[in-house]
Amino acid sequence: MIVYILRRLGAGLVLVFIVTAITFFLTHAANIPVANNILGAGATQDQVAALNAKLGLDQPIIEQYINWLVGVLHGDLGISYFTSEPVASGIAARLPVTLSVVVVSLIFTLVLSVILGVAAASKRGPLDVVLQGIATLSFIFPAILLGIILVYVFAITLQIVPAVGYTSLAESPSGWFASIILPAIVLSIAGIASLAAQIRGSLIDELGRDYVRTLRSRGISDMSILLKHALRNASGPAFTTFSLLFISLFGSALFIEKIFALPGFGTYAYQATIQGDLPVMLGVTLFSVLLVVIVNLIVDLVSGWLNPKVRVS
Amino acid sequence: MTALLTIDDLRLRYPGRGFRSASPEVLRGISLEIAPGETLGLVGESGSGKTTLGRAVLGLANPTGGSITFQGEDITRLSQKQRRPLAKRLQVIFQDPYTSLNPVLQISEILSEPIVAQGVSAADSRKTVSRLLDQVGLPSNAAQRYPREFSGGQRQRVAIARALALEPRLIVCDEPVSALDLSTQARVLDLLVDIQRNTGVSYLFITHDLSVVRHISHRVAVMYKGELVETGPVAEVTTTPQHEYTRSLLLSAPTADPDLQRERRALRRRLREAAA
Amino acid sequence: MTTTEIDNIAAVSAPEKKRSGVIRRLLKKPLGLISLIVLIVIVLLGVFAQFFSAHDATFTSLQVVNAPPGTPGYILGADQNGRDIWARILVSINVSVISGLIGAGVATLVGTLFGLLAGYVGKKTDAITSWTFNLLMTFPALVLVLVLSPVTGGAYQATMFIFGLFLAPSTYRLVRNLVVGVKNELYVDAARVSGLSNRRILSRHVLYVVRGPIIISVSFLATAAIGIQSGLAFLGVGSTLTPSFGSMTSDAFINVYSYPLQLVWPSVVQALLTSALILLGNAYRDALTDAERPTRAERRAAASAAATRTRMVRARTAGAPDVSSARSLLTVRNLSVGYAQTDGVLKSVVDGVSLDVAPGEIVGLVGESGSGKTQTAFSILGLLPPEAQVEADVLTIAGDSLVAKDSRELRKMRGSVIAYIPQEPMSNLDPSFTIGSQLVEGLMAGMSRKEAKATILQLLARVGIADPERTFASYPHQISGGMAQRVLIAGAVASRPKLLIADEPTTALDVTIQAEILDLLRDLQGELGMGVLLVTHNFGVVADLCDRVVVMRNGQVVETGKVRAIFHEPAHEYTQQLIASILDENTVRTDPAPHSDMRELEETK
Repeated sequence: MIVYILRRLGAGLVLVFIVTAITFFLTHAANIPVANNILGAGATQDQVAALNAKLGLDQPIIEQYINWLVGVLHGDLGISYFTSEPVASGIAARLPVTLSVVVVSLIFTLVLSVILGVAAASKRGPLDVVLQGIATLSFIFPAILLGIILVYVFAITLQIVPAVGYTSLAESPSGWFASIILPAIVLSIAGIASLAAQIRGSLIDELGRDYVRTLRSRGISDMSILLKHALRNASGPAFTTFSLLFISLFGSALFIEKIFALPGFGTYAYQATIQGDLPVMLGVTLFSVLLVVIVNLIVDLVSGWLNPKVRVS
Repeated sequence: MTALLTIDDLRLRYPGRGFRSASPEVLRGISLEIAPGETLGLVGESGSGKTTLGRAVLGLANPTGGSITFQGEDITRLSQKQRRPLAKRLQVIFQDPYTSLNPVLQISEILSEPIVAQGVSAADSRKTVSRLLDQVGLPSNAAQRYPREFSGGQRQRVAIARALALEPRLIVCDEPVSALDLSTQARVLDLLVDIQRNTGVSYLFITHDLSVVRHISHRVAVMYKGELVETGPVAEVTTTPQHEYTRSLLLSAPTADPDLQRERRALRRRLREAAA
Repeated sequence: MTTTEIDNIAAVSAPEKKRSGVIRRLLKKPLGLISLIVLIVIVLLGVFAQFFSAHDATFTSLQVVNAPPGTPGYILGADQNGRDIWARILVSINVSVISGLIGAGVATLVGTLFGLLAGYVGKKTDAITSWTFNLLMTFPALVLVLVLSPVTGGAYQATMFIFGLFLAPSTYRLVRNLVVGVKNELYVDAARVSGLSNRRILSRHVLYVVRGPIIISVSFLATAAIGIQSGLAFLGVGSTLTPSFGSMTSDAFINVYSYPLQLVWPSVVQALLTSALILLGNAYRDALTDAERPTRAERRAAASAAATRTRMVRARTAGAPDVSSARSLLTVRNLSVGYAQTDGVLKSVVDGVSLDVAPGEIVGLVGESGSGKTQTAFSILGLLPPEAQVEADVLTIAGDSLVAKDSRELRKMRGSVIAYIPQEPMSNLDPSFTIGSQLVEGLMAGMSRKEAKATILQLLARVGIADPERTFASYPHQISGGMAQRVLIAGAVASRPKLLIADEPTTALDVTIQAEILDLLRDLQGELGMGVLLVTHNFGVVADLCDRVVVMRNGQVVETGKVRAIFHEPAHEYTQQLIASILDENTVRTDPAPHSDMRELEETK
């Protein structure tokens, strides 16, 4: 078990290495005039060269990458070219914002899609139509528009929650919740439909299986069969969808951050990439890949635990 | 007169899931021969390796040792390309008539597939298709239909027609009647015997059902845990079995007569108690 | 019996009928047709944009800044820069359509190609491509787009090409899994044995199967690509010169409080475009699944056949003498099971069946596939799906009528009076729970967990399991099929039922195990004095266990009798035919193999 986790983490580190390397060399190939960007249009040749030397941009590319890697191994992610803020503290400040939104949104998604999926699978008929409708709508309706409408109704008209900005959990739990509830709802919409459909589909498959009939033949109640036996067996495939959802929500958080003016990870990454702020870009990439690796690992461990064939052998 | 098919000390082990894990040997040194025009019945329980043996002959499983010789040619390990000419002489009928026919193809397309693959023109193949349908007792208007429009027995006739399309010398029949109803089963077996008399084809007939084996085989080979435990003429093996496993197999199969079955049951119980 | 005889002549000689193609079915669906028309109209509006608008999309005029809809020459008004909103929408359509085409095209091509390779070629190729596509999924796409923007000049076409690559993994997974499934189909094996080349097998058998799902996925990919493009434009990524839904939304967002209508137009058109795409994809999926269902005409024919049969049966059973059911354990009179077809007509599968099981008696319910024997058994157990319509004049177990009972009362009976042994041992155990826990669950209504466990352990030992404690704690995949069947038998008799219904309990087992299970069933029946209804097609099993036999065909009982009578002097023609089809044990094939003649010929030469 521990060997398995270590092996997976090892493979994850290889992945981190490859992805950051690609990012690094691509950025260099793109030749973004970093020094000019920092100094502005009026900078002289000498000023540019001096800044390049200061930032280490005059060294060979390979050497720059190795320097960065060595730094990472010592826990040093470097300093932003533009703000001089250490990348590590920059990430530490932004990641909680995005993670708050993503995690709360995932909890919404999970709870609502389990309820919807189970209800649709056990009742079929009208609830199926509702589910189909939600699914189609969520695909059609631009999330950006939904966000704008929600802000308009709840923040501007009703003034229940703030329209923009972020309050940290430590500062004020209720403020925190109020600041992320709208973005989390917007982010959930697409996921609820797809996950509920997935749960409904696998539940219907499970309810049609032989063992369900045999359990019924022993006088076991329909409720117990649905919620204990069928749902347990249907949770494997649903869990995989859930993990893919995490990755895609994390990716689309950027749009949400822009609408709600949240100082999040996506905005941080976006700014850095536009400016060519290489240390920040690499740090951001490192953390996103690590996050994906860890989430995938957890999902595999949980689904392995759910499946006795994997767990026991 | 040489044998049509000779299998010598055939061994097979499926590759394990990981790199190091080795799975147990499925075939543990099988040797047998089939003569032209002969049916060899291959009997065994699930997991005995009988289906794997058939798949190895067809090139669908890779032996790890030993050899398979067909009409004097070593066919143990051929590439798919090398194997292609062999299709003319070596064919197959699978157990499940529902999954062995592609549901989206018409019967005529299914039947002409092997013929066209050998480079015969579409027009010529059409003639062959109607001859084949006639041969297996299906009306010629069956050609424009899809497999789902046929019953299990009829589908199995289509599968037989496909196997006959290239006039092969050997057909590997993997449980061809065990998915069929009783009355259909007898008719399909009769059809197979008739075809053999008319064309001189040989069958490697894989089944778990001893009564089917009696009906169709000239000789019988009994497989148990990857080995052949007994081989001989059908009458000998099914009446005076030499090996203990064959004997228990024969006694375990219930006979369709309440009084005979009562005797057989008593005999089996006595033998079991004696063994214990 | 001649070999040219046909199993079922009626099915083959039915008149020829043409099946309409998927496309035609799609167009017959209102939703499919409407979506297609909407899609075509929107695309045409975009393609011929210059004919439909008075101004160029980038033409600015200070006179019309924020002009309301209906301003002459500006149908939908003008934006804050004085540009024609209608003209900008038309151009945005083109941007969206091209984005969809590029994104979905790249994703489908790349995903399908590598999916086919990974699924078909072999494990090594599969491992390498799967790893690469997993890498693609972790890579931040936006970084690549932005980093490459100096090269691409921020053109949205290039951006969509890159995002197409990042959308490819979903198609790749879809195709790969489908191909792996098809590759294991027997018809692909048959094609290989028939000498077909890999290319031919791929194009003929494999691509055929994956075609439908790929087309459906294209509609989703195109929608996703359109969404990504508009999202990026909303953020201001890439060139801002080309108008697009995203940039229009972004512009309108700035003064949403003063001119909210400006936000509505681009959103509505984009929503129309994507919904048409999605609904078209859904309609295509429905059309595909419809093709596998029988046509309406076929259903009507089947239903009318069933209707005439019902009338015949009613007349006959009404005249049948009523058997006294005083001593009977199970009494069934005139049982019918039907399923409503989609056109409302009832299709009958069990039709006026009457049968009895006395206490301690084993009755065999015999018939071929489609005879309705299993449906009869399940309707007695109350285990048919809710769609089934079950009717009976009399259905009593131990004097207790099941006819008027609600589902809760029926469930109580299933836990106590009546029990069931299924056919497939492995699939009838819940793979996620230990054997012990799922057996104990059935007993929990009447006793404590501890008592239930003790009872189950005792029973496991009784059904011949060597190490009951260990089996109790095992998961289903850890035991063999024969053991699993013993477990299921233990589960069935745990409540000491009066009636046991066994559905082909030995069909899935090897013949030596079958013998042991038959012995076990006989012993348990004797010990507990149960009545048994044994559903089977195997006359050997009937001969071994049964006292009486009920023969069924096409949902009706054709003959009932003592076991010896059925075997030795069957009365009904169908029973005679069945008994005659049993492969005789005493006749073996005697005609010599032709090579022996040849050998003799050669020797005489």
